[in-house]
Amino acid sequence: MLTRPDRLWTLGEEDIEALEIGAAILGTGGGGSPYIGKLRARQALREGNKLRILPLEDLPDDAKVVALGGIGAPLISHERIKEGREGLRCVRALEERLGFKADAIACEEIGGQNAMEPLITASLAGLPVVDGDGMGRAFPEMQMTTYSIYGHRSTPSVMCDPHGNVVIFDHAISETWHERMARACVVAQGGASTLASAPMSGAFVRRFSIPNSYTKAIALGRAVREARRRHEDPIAAVCEKENGRVVHTGKIVDLKRHLRGGFVTGEALIEGFDAHQGSRGSVLIQNENLVFKRDGTVEVVVPDLIIILDIDSGNAITTEMLRYGQRVAVLAVPCHPLLATPEALEVVGPKGFGFHDIVYRPMAGAQHEEAPVS
Amino acid sequence: MYRLGVDVGGTNTDAVVMHGRQVLAGVKAATTEDVTSGVLEALEQVLAKAGVERGRIANVMIGTTHFTNAVIERKHISQVAAIRLGLPATACLPPMVDWPDALRQATGDLAYLVRGGYEFDGRPIAPLDEAEIDRIADDLAAKKVKAAAISSVFSPINQEMEQTARARLQRKLPDLPVVLSSDIGRIGLLERESAAIMNASLLALSARTVDAFAKALRTTGLDCPFYITQNDGTLMDAEMVKRFPVLTFASGPTNSMRGAAFLTGIRNGIVVDIGGTTTDVGALQHGFPRQAATVVDIGGVRTNFRMPDVFSIGLGGGSLVRRDRDGAVTVGPQSVGYRIASEALVFGGETLTATDVAVRLGQAGIGEPARVAGIEDGLAREARATITRMLETAVERSRISPEPVPVIAVGGGSILMPDRLGTLEVLRPDHFAVANAVGAAIAQISGEVDRIYSLENGLTRESCLKEAETEATERAIGAGADAATIEVIEREDVPLAYLPGNATRIHVKVVGDMGGVDAHQA
Repeated sequence: MLTRPDRLWTLGEEDIEALEIGAAILGTGGGGSPYIGKLRARQALREGNKLRILPLEDLPDDAKVVALGGIGAPLISHERIKEGREGLRCVRALEERLGFKADAIACEEIGGQNAMEPLITASLAGLPVVDGDGMGRAFPEMQMTTYSIYGHRSTPSVMCDPHGNVVIFDHAISETWHERMARACVVAQGGASTLASAPMSGAFVRRFSIPNSYTKAIALGRAVREARRRHEDPIAAVCEKENGRVVHTGKIVDLKRHLRGGFVTGEALIEGFDAHQGSRGSVLIQNENLVFKRDGTVEVVVPDLIIILDIDSGNAITTEMLRYGQRVAVLAVPCHPLLATPEALEVVGPKGFGFHDIVYRPMAGAQHEEAPVS
Repeated sequence: MYRLGVDVGGTNTDAVVMHGRQVLAGVKAATTEDVTSGVLEALEQVLAKAGVERGRIANVMIGTTHFTNAVIERKHISQVAAIRLGLPATACLPPMVDWPDALRQATGDLAYLVRGGYEFDGRPIAPLDEAEIDRIADDLAAKKVKAAAISSVFSPINQEMEQTARARLQRKLPDLPVVLSSDIGRIGLLERESAAIMNASLLALSARTVDAFAKALRTTGLDCPFYITQNDGTLMDAEMVKRFPVLTFASGPTNSMRGAAFLTGIRNGIVVDIGGTTTDVGALQHGFPRQAATVVDIGGVRTNFRMPDVFSIGLGGGSLVRRDRDGAVTVGPQSVGYRIASEALVFGGETLTATDVAVRLGQAGIGEPARVAGIEDGLAREARATITRMLETAVERSRISPEPVPVIAVGGGSILMPDRLGTLEVLRPDHFAVANAVGAAIAQISGEVDRIYSLENGLTRESCLKEAETEATERAIGAGADAATIEVIEREDVPLAYLPGNATRIHVKVVGDMGGVDAHQA
């Protein structure tokens, strides 16, 4: 099916280590730690399986591509670790239900834990993973992918747990209904399952996925490792790689966190120091970092990426690990143009998260290419 | 009655004798290979210096880094069977999967996965496969394995399956020591399991070490109970240490910070422990070190022990002072270390160190001040400014609130500390050089609960916190705390994302003075 198998990029252990760092940074505070996923990917490698990435441009028009990822609470997967073949069972059940053979696996979410699951499943299935994803970062819900935004209907889909239970969502009347039903089912399955969505065509994936996500995340992780090795500033390395800039440096002086409908919401106040002495930043959180304000004025808004890094190590700090007194740098990275179109902003813009009084404006200085028309 | 505190470090064994809140005497002796003789030496010296009758010592408290060093150096480690209850979940990552090969080999690389474990809401993943436990028992008997560690998925919310598996294993192997992960760690399967396996691998060493301490005390004529300090600055009795040696892993920095808090009476502040080569900086909250939120690496293994959040910089009394090519004055990170007594200028050596600068500027009167009179004034002042800036940055990093807090300087190198650091006041207590042994002498008893609660069906955040607090208090009293002195030192609730029923992780810790000992709290 694949016309250019010679163009596949085979990953090694060093790439996986770099991906762990890059995916955590692109998690923008959410998505969970990729550590367990990294160990699983490494095990897959050591057992002789191949982790292969397919360049987006080499995907044939009529290829059948299945996007998959973990769904549930990130913390659960650090305690009740997966059985290991949940994703493979999803793909096989989906193939059987629809009578097709998958040609490649796609990633829903490059930020956090979900960067690893497609690689692991694809290696077990002997398939490559497309070099792209549906978010270019992390978002909390399934309908927030470019796949769903640009018209893919993700049902029929399959959800599997470690026990061997297989659930098929035959039809959802909307992507939001699919998310709602899947979220209810994942609790019954123990809080952390794997879900594979109805296949997409190669042509659709080439046009509507965030391109080169794995190449970029691995390069980002490498740049951070390299900067640390040379005792250079890892934060500057992240900015350079991602066309981002440091919008604030300071110390967390207040932290409010609440639970609302199963999601963690809150706000971190960051008293500026160094170049930002005298100004107070604040980051509004809903699982991910969504809005950055300086002295009350909105400066960066979702879907642009707001990344909080430990100022000394350059390590990404997830929203549940934020603590009073931490010294942090806040980075803003422009989102991909596919996330900044009017139809995308309906879903992943400020309105999609209930910020009705905030209007998305592209980051100052960001070079947005012309967005494709759906 | 009197108390005796001992700190067995990598280089020095320090000891103090205390009466109530008063430190009567403090000494430093060299740590020895066999541990016992260094402890003996320190005990004899401190008793002589304090002039206290041996029969009047009520308790001895010991802090030690011995078990940490065993893991780091991979010495004295025994073979362990790692048994995990969780199948069909967790099959993809066997126990010890993220350990360095050498350490995994040292513990025998023996792992078993068994059906069992719990879901987050307490449902069993699978019923415990007891027949499989019987087969494992036969295998362990054939392999002559001397210890086992059992870890069940979500055992921090329900210990029962781990306990059942242990009982089943001991039906066939009644003398086999079995460590349960729920007795040691928190949520995070690999980290908790690794801690349980490391603990099991240290059981033989801990039995020998505890016996060595007991022997040193007997030889000295001390006929009183002794305790060992754990990571959080509270005490375990000798029997507990024999069962849970890993709980001592971070006791070194903890004791030094607790000692600093005690010697000054300060409960919220920053402690700066300046040694010969490095300076450790940490924050005190309610008289205890603030704990690190991230995972802690011990000998290359990720663990989730509660460890003090200590930040280290390369600055100490022996740090080299130099002018670099651009003309700027640098201090450290290179150091003459323990050779300071022969290599620093004030002690007749040839190397310009941070200590020499302090003596030159009249901050300290040690060695022969005449030997440093020739240091150029500008250089000395620039070096002092560099040192102050380094300390300021490290302290700033550890501050936990915008309110001004005092800074406490301890350790042999604390002469480098100026009297004020920015806007913060600096305190230099008496006995600052043996603050760690003081920290051991004043250690308390704790009780802890860390669990996920579902805030529904009438349960509120407040009622669950209250329930956790009651249970933690019962645990502390069970471990020997005086009920009248118990106070809550940690109360934390973290909502968990993506779960219904408002699942919340609640962590409560209480401490109290050891029953039967004169209170030392202000």
